[in-house]
Amino acid sequence: MAVKLYIEAIHDAILEEMRRDERVFVLGEDVGVRGGVFRVTAGLIEEFGEQRVIDTPLAESAIVGVGIGAALHGMVPIAEIQFADFILPAMNQIISEAAKMRYRSRNDWGVPMVIRAPYGGGVHGALYHSQSVEALFHHVPGLKIVAPSTPYDVKGLLKAAIRDPDPVLFFEHKRCYRLIKGDVPEEEYVLPIGKADVKREGTDITVITYGLMVHLCMDAAEQLAKEGIDVHILDLRTVLPLDREGIIDAVKKTGKVLIVHEDNKTGGVGAEVSAIIAEEALFELDAPIARLCGPDVPAMPYSPPMEKFYMLNSEKIAAAMRKLAEF
Amino acid sequence: MSTYTHEQLGLTKEQLLQMFYYMVLARTIDERLWLLNRAGKIPFVVSCQGQEAAQVGAAFALQPETDYILPYYRDMGVVLVFGQTARDMMLSSFAKAEDPAGGGRQMPGHFSSRKHHIISGSSPVSTQIPHAVGVALAGKMRREPMVAYTSFGEGSSNQGDFHEACNFAGVHKLPVIFFCENNQYAISVPVIKQLGCEHVADRAAGYGFPGVIVDGNDVLEVYKVVKEAADRARRGEGPTLIEAKTYRLAPHSSDDDDRSYRSREEVEEAKKKDPLVIFRRYLVDNGLLSDTEEGAIREKIAKEVNDATEYAEKAPYAAPEDALTFVYAD
Repeated sequence: MAVKLYIEAIHDAILEEMRRDERVFVLGEDVGVRGGVFRVTAGLIEEFGEQRVIDTPLAESAIVGVGIGAALHGMVPIAEIQFADFILPAMNQIISEAAKMRYRSRNDWGVPMVIRAPYGGGVHGALYHSQSVEALFHHVPGLKIVAPSTPYDVKGLLKAAIRDPDPVLFFEHKRCYRLIKGDVPEEEYVLPIGKADVKREGTDITVITYGLMVHLCMDAAEQLAKEGIDVHILDLRTVLPLDREGIIDAVKKTGKVLIVHEDNKTGGVGAEVSAIIAEEALFELDAPIARLCGPDVPAMPYSPPMEKFYMLNSEKIAAAMRKLAEF
Repeated sequence: MSTYTHEQLGLTKEQLLQMFYYMVLARTIDERLWLLNRAGKIPFVVSCQGQEAAQVGAAFALQPETDYILPYYRDMGVVLVFGQTARDMMLSSFAKAEDPAGGGRQMPGHFSSRKHHIISGSSPVSTQIPHAVGVALAGKMRREPMVAYTSFGEGSSNQGDFHEACNFAGVHKLPVIFFCENNQYAISVPVIKQLGCEHVADRAAGYGFPGVIVDGNDVLEVYKVVKEAADRARRGEGPTLIEAKTYRLAPHSSDDDDRSYRSREEVEEAKKKDPLVIFRRYLVDNGLLSDTEEGAIREKIAKEVNDATEYAEKAPYAAPEDALTFVYAD
């Protein structure tokens, strides 16, 4: 088993899928000659040419809309939105078109397409290079939304997304790209969309999270282990559809739940997770459901002290874990 | 009428009578839909009246077996030429289970049929234009000799998606035809308040391909320019923007009252240029349509529309729980 960076695992997934299936192609701003501003698609244009690795005009709605059209005519596009913050001009194409195509045509047409977007903060990206936008799409049936945390997961889930017959939004935490390393098997594997994963077994409190926060929660859990508090960590991996069974099983493990996400609190994915628990596992709870999220401000400021204030870290998470454990 | 004769365009009498048939069929279905709406039998109509020459002329210049169409909500003439029937239109208007566009999920005018190469459209305007570019891109990648045709109104040419799609297609020289049916009104807003330039076709220059203006009341002229655009696309020379100057003879939809924004005199004046009247005159003047032939065509259409109405009215709705299906493929 090789140790790979998160970003390498994404690159490898795209490369292998393009080699496996000639219908798969990449389009987006700077994805070709430059290999992506984060270098995710580096080297692909050399192997597959500019017909299959398309540097598009700067126009997000067209990147998604043209991708939809290509998907409708037998291709499997992987569209890159350079930063998740810039996906908003394409929102009408994603919500009105990609998400509804199968439904409105009663299964006559479908959109097998992946829309990749780096999201999240802690990279001095200020308001418009730091946002978590998954909740904006979480409300939309017809979409699938994946936000993996490890190189192993990101590779297996991106392959699943590419092979999925429906549109998948694939959010990659940009802080994970070169920070997170992990084992990735040499051999081919695909992971199921819609299945959460237990990242740490524990008996005292349950933490439900996803993305970069998984790693901060793991660090916090190690701190708490020294204090004799045993934390169970569930990584959602897919935020739409949520793994209801996985969530309830994780709640049953400890009866105390903390939900952690970087996105702001109001109307976030954590709100839906809380509602699932309240509806289906209320009597498993030994404490009120707790949420630790980004503050309800428009986005993350640029100044380092303000950015640090906005971002969650393992100390803040450890404090929230401790408080819940003591309840 | 046309500065070109049908012989110059390589069209036979048989083809001309087919075009006439489709134009009259579209008009007759449309008129029946208004009656059904005013009788309270169907909730909604969006009309093609006045635009039949633009639609049938354009569709006739394409190849339904290889080309793909991404029509807008008035394009009944286009989808009929591509193989849909009066029954399909009625099933959609009555929102019955057999409606090929989606089993009664969408309002009428949201045409769709994979079998007929008609890609499903939505109601926010212009969203289909980038899809057409994507279909053309896929066709080019798959080395198919195909053309993607998409149509829209002049109001829709103000949307970002129109401009983003045109630019993308221009950069990549894709086999796509952007066909604007300029019927002078975006619901109530006249073209003078819609466009900063004089013609929609003027916009093509900014994207590096030809913009062509054509008389949308003249089915042969429309056929000619769309045929040229399709040939150009198939030769790998890229997109064309065509602006057909038309006039919408009916209100925007069955929920609109056009008396609030345009005079009856203006509408009556436009009726003098009714494309059906113009084309019929061409056919009669050139000895291509006898009274007997016309009678036979109109009788055939009346029967088709009557049968379709009766069939669709009696057809079952989808089960209510069908509303829960096909959110995803699995």
